[in-house]
Amino acid sequence: MERTQLIEKLMHAVFFIAACASIFAVGLICIFLFANGLPALKEIGVGDFLLGKSWKPSDTPPTFGILPMIVGSLYVTAGALIIGVPMGILTAVFLAKSCPPRMYRLAKPATNLLAGIPSVVYGFFGMSAIVPLTGNSILSACILLGIMILPTVIAISESALRAVPAQYYEGALALGAGHYRSIFRVVLPAAKSGVLAAAVLGIGRAIGETMAVIMVAGNQARMPVSMFKGIRTMTANIVIEMGYASGLHRDALIATGVVLFVFILIINLSFSALTRRKG
Amino acid sequence: MNCFDIENLDLFYRDFQALKDVNISIPTNEITAFIGPSGCGKSTLLKTMNRMNDLIEGCKIEGTVKLFEENIYENMDVSLLRKRVGMVFQKPNPFPMSIYDNIAFGPRTHGVKKRYDLDELVEQSLKKAAIWDEVKDRLKKPALGLSGGQQQRLCIARALAVNPEVLLLDEPTSALDPISTGKIEELLLTLKGKYSIIIVTHNMQQAARISDRTAFFLLGEMVEYGQTEQMFAMPHNKRTEDYITGRFG
Repeated sequence: MERTQLIEKLMHAVFFIAACASIFAVGLICIFLFANGLPALKEIGVGDFLLGKSWKPSDTPPTFGILPMIVGSLYVTAGALIIGVPMGILTAVFLAKSCPPRMYRLAKPATNLLAGIPSVVYGFFGMSAIVPLTGNSILSACILLGIMILPTVIAISESALRAVPAQYYEGALALGAGHYRSIFRVVLPAAKSGVLAAAVLGIGRAIGETMAVIMVAGNQARMPVSMFKGIRTMTANIVIEMGYASGLHRDALIATGVVLFVFILIINLSFSALTRRKG
Repeated sequence: MNCFDIENLDLFYRDFQALKDVNISIPTNEITAFIGPSGCGKSTLLKTMNRMNDLIEGCKIEGTVKLFEENIYENMDVSLLRKRVGMVFQKPNPFPMSIYDNIAFGPRTHGVKKRYDLDELVEQSLKKAAIWDEVKDRLKKPALGLSGGQQQRLCIARALAVNPEVLLLDEPTSALDPISTGKIEELLLTLKGKYSIIIVTHNMQQAARISDRTAFFLLGEMVEYGQTEQMFAMPHNKRTEDYITGRFG
């Protein structure tokens, strides 16, 4: 009797520690990031850092303005959404409402596989299939990221569509509406919050993507000039220069990470706000 | 004159026969009630009349179903059929959009675009369904904010908005309280004469209160069909009598 109680207590502790580990990890990342990034922010000046248009860490005196990278990240993310979200939603509608079961058994694992492909492989695909057409440019990065966010958008939208009660669809049909009119005018609007959540998760995936973007975006640290010219994102900035950076330069890169982290935080908060507000 | 003439109707869900040789003619502008225990085929028959059974995989139909002399399973546009034969479901199912958009959905589907026409149709339909006074100040508010009984009357208004000839109701009050049920019954009585109404109900008192004719179903067969008063007073068939007097079901 005593022995089983002891085991119960022990297991409770094991589960508790396991649960704490992930919270601990998040906390640790926060502390490390802010401890290293904030002093640099202070030294450079928040205004100069966030709104400065010139990133020249090797000049004397060096300038650390990351606005080009912020804008770059926003551009490629927005482009990825414009391409990936409509395509993902249409795919989800097909999978949830029109796909013959035999095709579903093939199509569903295929979209899941998209999520599992390493981003460097995406990058390679982009270099060999997209760059020859549109160059090392914003557009290439948008197209590639658009494909990369598809599995996220598809999976979340599909489950949102499946969660819509069948009686909405039947009610629309009973009024004489066709299959697709019923879906696009009644079922999809009913799944609105889920579909929005899918888009938000897509944003998170796109803004955080690094390797694939570096391989197709050109990486010039300057304000965007045109869709067909190169750009550097915040993630690319960190990875490209971290290898040789030291001193304030290194801390400025970590501060770039802080900015990225804040973006991700905002995205995650809006995601949970969207998924919480139901019914 | 009949709105529906159904002859030798057999309906199968794969190997299961849900309706067996049903023959029934339903007069226009009256209320016809389908009664019977659960699983007797009454709802199945109702869904055959606007072809909602098409959605069910493995559903096979033999025999003829005619709407004003036209076979609805031959050469009839399903969308047009469902415009002519409206349906109200067991559970109120207003769409998650505004009251106005709920009513306007049907007319918009069938090509009404002008704002003025839509406004007019929305008002008329809500008035016909006796819910206008309750919702006229909140037409832009979500329909899901209404009470269950109001939602069901909204669904009736939505069905009326496309100007149907027949109205099918599948146990429309089984999810409602007695007061809401009373309002729906009252409403149906005001609508008869302008629309042919067919109502499936498991509530025999309801059938007795509002219907002109009643059909009794058992295990996929139509056991008896006739004037409601006559049927409740003096059923011809022993099985009808047993059901009506509450010996089973």
